[in-house]
Order: sequence, then C-alpha cells, then structure tokens
Amino acid sequence: MTHDTHNAPSPLPIHGIMAEFGTADDLIGATKKAKEAGFNEMDGYSPYGIPEVADILGFPRSEIGAIMFIGGMCGATCGFLMQYWANGIDYPLNIGGKPFFSWPMFGPITWELLVLTASLTGVIGMFALCGLPQPYHPVFNVPQFARATRDRFFLVIESTDPKFDRVATREFLETMTPISIAEVPE
Amino acid sequence: MATVTETTGHPPHEANGTYPPHPDGLLLGNHNLVSIGDKIAAVVLGETPTPKAWYPAFLLGMGMLSGLGVALAYLFYAGVGIWGINQPVAWGFAIINFVWWIGIGHAGTLISAILLLMHQKWRTSINRFAEAMTIFAVMCAGIFPLIHMGRPWLFYWLMPVPVNFGMWPQFRSPLTWDVFAVTTYLTVSVVFWYVGLIPDLAALRDIAKNRWQRVVYGMLAMGWRGSAIHWRRYEKLYLILAALGTPLVFSVHTVVSFDFAVAIVPLWHSTIFPPFFVAGAVFSGFAMVVWLAVPLRKFYGMGDMITTNHLNLCAKVMITTGLLVSFGYFLEVWMAFYSHSIYEVETTMQRMFGPYGWSYWVLITTNTIIPQLLWFRRVRTNDWLLFLVAGSVHIGMWFERYVIVITLSRDQLPSSWGRYAPTEWDYLTMIGSVGLFVTLFCLFLRFLPMISITEMREFLPFKQGGRDGHSVMENAT
Repeated sequence: MTHDTHNAPSPLPIHGIMAEFGTADDLIGATKKAKEAGFNEMDGYSPYGIPEVADILGFPRSEIGAIMFIGGMCGATCGFLMQYWANGIDYPLNIGGKPFFSWPMFGPITWELLVLTASLTGVIGMFALCGLPQPYHPVFNVPQFARATRDRFFLVIESTDPKFDRVATREFLETMTPISIAEVPE
Repeated sequence: MATVTETTGHPPHEANGTYPPHPDGLLLGNHNLVSIGDKIAAVVLGETPTPKAWYPAFLLGMGMLSGLGVALAYLFYAGVGIWGINQPVAWGFAIINFVWWIGIGHAGTLISAILLLMHQKWRTSINRFAEAMTIFAVMCAGIFPLIHMGRPWLFYWLMPVPVNFGMWPQFRSPLTWDVFAVTTYLTVSVVFWYVGLIPDLAALRDIAKNRWQRVVYGMLAMGWRGSAIHWRRYEKLYLILAALGTPLVFSVHTVVSFDFAVAIVPLWHSTIFPPFFVAGAVFSGFAMVVWLAVPLRKFYGMGDMITTNHLNLCAKVMITTGLLVSFGYFLEVWMAFYSHSIYEVETTMQRMFGPYGWSYWVLITTNTIIPQLLWFRRVRTNDWLLFLVAGSVHIGMWFERYVIVITLSRDQLPSSWGRYAPTEWDYLTMIGSVGLFVTLFCLFLRFLPMISITEMREFLPFKQGGRDGHSVMENAT
C-alpha cells in the first residue's frame, strides 16, 4: 500500500499485474486500450458476464455449442439404437402387432436422451474447458480481488505476454486511472 | 502478499443520492451492485435473522415429512393394499399426486428457460426459487410411481440395465417414456440450477465471514473467478440449456399425458391431452410460484425485488393458461357429444352427474370460475387475494387429475364399473409429500440465495452499476 513497494517490485515471479475498476464500461475501455497497445495474454474479471470484454480478448464464440451438439447427437443415436436392439433384436416383443422396428415409438426416449446427454456434455465440457474445479488461482492472492464477485471489475495483464514488463506494464495500467493496481503473486 | 497501490481519479461506485424508479416497476428500493447482492446474501450467511415464520413452516414441513416416513414404512411392510386402489380404479392418489406435483414443477422451467428465450426481464428475480420449486416438486412427484410399483426394490427394472435374465424395458410404452422423461427432467433441472448458482456461490464465498461458510460455498463454487472467457462459455451453456429446457418441459408433460391418452378408456383416448396437460402444468406451477413469492415478500422483505408487478405478471400467465385449461374442459365435453360415441357421451354424463360428479363441479369452480377474478387488477396486485386465487388453482388442478383418474370407475362395460375411496394411508402419503416439499424449500431458503445475485446485478440499470438486462438474453455467442 506504500509507494516503496510501488517503486521497488518484489523479485519473486508474478502471475501478472491487476488493475481494479469501478464500472463495467471502465473495464471494457481498459481492455480495449490494452489490446490496442499489443497485449494478448490478459483476462478480465467481473461479477457478471460482459460480452464486450470477451470479444476484445479475441474469444468471440465459445465452443460449448459444438460440444453440446455432438453430445446430444451421440446420446440420441445410442438411445435410438438401444431401443431397437433391446426391443427388436435381443428380446423381440410383439406389442399390439406393431413391427419390431416401430421407430416412431422410439421417438420420445430418443429425444429425452438427446436432451440429457447434450446437457451433461455441455456442463462437463464447460467445466473442463474452464479448468474448473480449480481450488487455487494466483488472482485470489490479491485481497481486493474478493470484490470481483461483488462490485469491482479487474483487468489482469499476465506475465506470460511477450510485451509484459513489470514496470512498464504497471505504468501503462496506471494511465487508465484504475481504483487500485496490484502485482499478482504466482 | 500483493503489492497494492491506491490511485485516485475514479469516483467510488457507491450510490450517492437516489436512483430514478425502474421503468417497468420491476425493481424498487435504491439498490446498487453491493446492496442488492448483500441483501440476498445476508439471509444465507445468517446476517439477517431468519424470519420467525420460517421456524413454524420448517417444523410443519418436518412433521408432515415424518408422516411420509410412517406411511412409506407401513407401505413397504404391507404393500399397496393399504391404499384404496383396486380394480377398476387401479390408479388412485399415487398417479393424481404424481401428475399434480410434476405439473407444479413445470413453471420453474418455464420461468427460467422460456422467459429467458423470450427476453422477459421480469424472470430474473423469480427464476432461482422457481427452479428450486421445480426440483423439489419433481422429487415429490418421483416418489409416487416408485412406491406405486408394488415391489419398489425392483425399481431398476425400469432402466435399461443389462441384467443376466435378459429382460429389457418395453420401450413402446408411455410408462417407460415417463421414466426417461422424468429422470431427464430432474437431472437437467438440477444441472441448470447448479450452473446458475455457481457465480452466486462464488459471491457468497467471497463475502462470508464464517470459516465454514467460506469452505463450503468455496467448494461448491469450484474456484469460479468470473473470468471473461469463462463467462462467455457459461452464458452460451446457459442459453443452450434454456433452449433445450423449453422443448423438454413440453415433452415431459406430453409424455405424462400419453400415460392416459394411449389407453382406450373413454375420455382419455383423445388428442387434446398433451396441450391440455401442458397448459394445466403451467397454470398450477404459476400458482405455486405465487404461493412462494408472497411469503418471500412478506417475511423476507423481498418486496423490492419481487414487486407487485411480478405478481401481476404471474397472475396474467395464470389467467391465460387457466383459460386454455378451461377451453380443454369445454372441448372434452364438446367432442364427446360431437363424436356420437355412446361410451364418450355416457362417461361424460357419469363424470358430471355420476357418483363423483361433485368432484367435477369442484374442479370447474376452482379452476375456471374463481380464477376469473384475475381479470381485476386489484386482485392481481393484492398479495393475499392473489394467494387465495392461487390456492383455488392448487385445489382445482388436483381435482382435475382426480376427475381424470376416477374416470376408470366408469368405462365401456357397466359390469366392470366400480367405486374408489382413498384410505388414511393415501392421505398421509399425500400430506407427507407436501411436507417433503416444504422442508426442502425451507432448507433452500436458509442455505442458498433465493434470488439470483448475479442476474439481479446484471439486471440493474446502467446508472446503478448493472447492464440493464441479461447478456444471455441479448448476445450470448
């Protein structure tokens, strides 16, 4: 909290530098400026989703739709074949004289299994892609980050970015008049 | 620890002054990002004292739930003979309660999924507890077919389990479809609810002062940190789950109606059943939403988020679906006479003026006549009047299923006519299922945020720190 630490960064490796903002629009503006300045390895954090930030970060479409489509199709196909195999081949049942391959009767279960598998693959897929559950992440080391789920908006420029420089990046972020700036320890 | 620099130049985000009233009247009070979240979270974190009404409600729920325990223990000991069911009415209270509960559940999915796709902003403050209602109602519903089986320990025969005696479920039967529909519905509802809860659990984790709360909510939040990339995936998932949930809810109650419509019982074997059942489900579900919203307003002081306008809108959905259901009643009678089938006509006359005719007129009174009060704005915007009308709908929708099931007592052959009377065990099981619902809902209010913190923040107007809407509705990609 002092200017000494500001002028003399600790020698330990850091995850990045975090700037705190008071509104979603400030975060959108800051992300845009950072992108224009050539930073790519960064992330925005906010209490609710802000689509503009993800757009600027270069993540215009999520993969979830494709995953759920594939999951749903697999579930529906397997579900349909399961019914045909079980009631038509493995244990043929004559129900009211209907043919063994009475496919319209298999529709409802096929549909229910489509929804079930699509939903489960979507949820599991989202967790897997986001790397959740993740008990530890460096951003939680910063005390004010507790407000990222409350009323503050954060931009973290990560140290893996080729343009990252511990002092210059910090000064760059300061030009955007954030509420606070912090180094994020690894 | 991190090195922190405080720089000035940005105004603090707290409210200084009052905000203009919400244009649609969907939010009262002078809320900002902090106050709205803290108000909801304080209930869960124990900072707001639990309302006094919670304790009697919970005790009542537990009392009725123990009744369910007794009823089930004796049922498993003695078998389904303790109920009033026999030939010809082999489906008694168990099926009535099953359909009644699952219908109630449907409003939760309607609110969370269909209203989301329809860009209805008013869903935001009621979707969380309505989804909880769905899950608990489906759990109550799910008990009944299981205990109706006679040998409930063989319940896994319903599932396509490759067991060594080589038996498979009969996949052409609507009863088997029901198994898949209800289990899918329960699973998807739980998943949808949990996904919606994750950012809220993270918010609770970050403001909880008690160590246990931090640990438990932290584990449930799975390390959610609100990253923009995560939000994008999350919102897309939420949107597609809503898009799948919408046809799912229609398919579930359609399949439930097939349980009846596929049978060749007069008045059951009709194509009106699926839409008629779905409309009835939404009707009863919104009545339950009103029954839950009014106490939340009164005892939890959530009237600033669940406003009178929300009740008004719920009441409008009720009158719409109520009229659809009433049209169904009319059409059933019309088609019976129009068909010139003596069985349809005779069963209709028996339904209206036979030994159980009283139940038909209870149904018409509570489901068609009393809900007409909702045409009056004064009724729609008065908590307790609306509560009474919703209570009438609960009774009416229960009797609708009673009237349908009791039709079994009068089929084509007078020689197979019979009577049905429920026993005390039927009543105890039904009351017990209400106890299960009340208990679960009380626990939900105590331990999970009853209104979505995240979505309420997003819903706040721009000036109050929000985005004046819901980005899932606007532009999830």
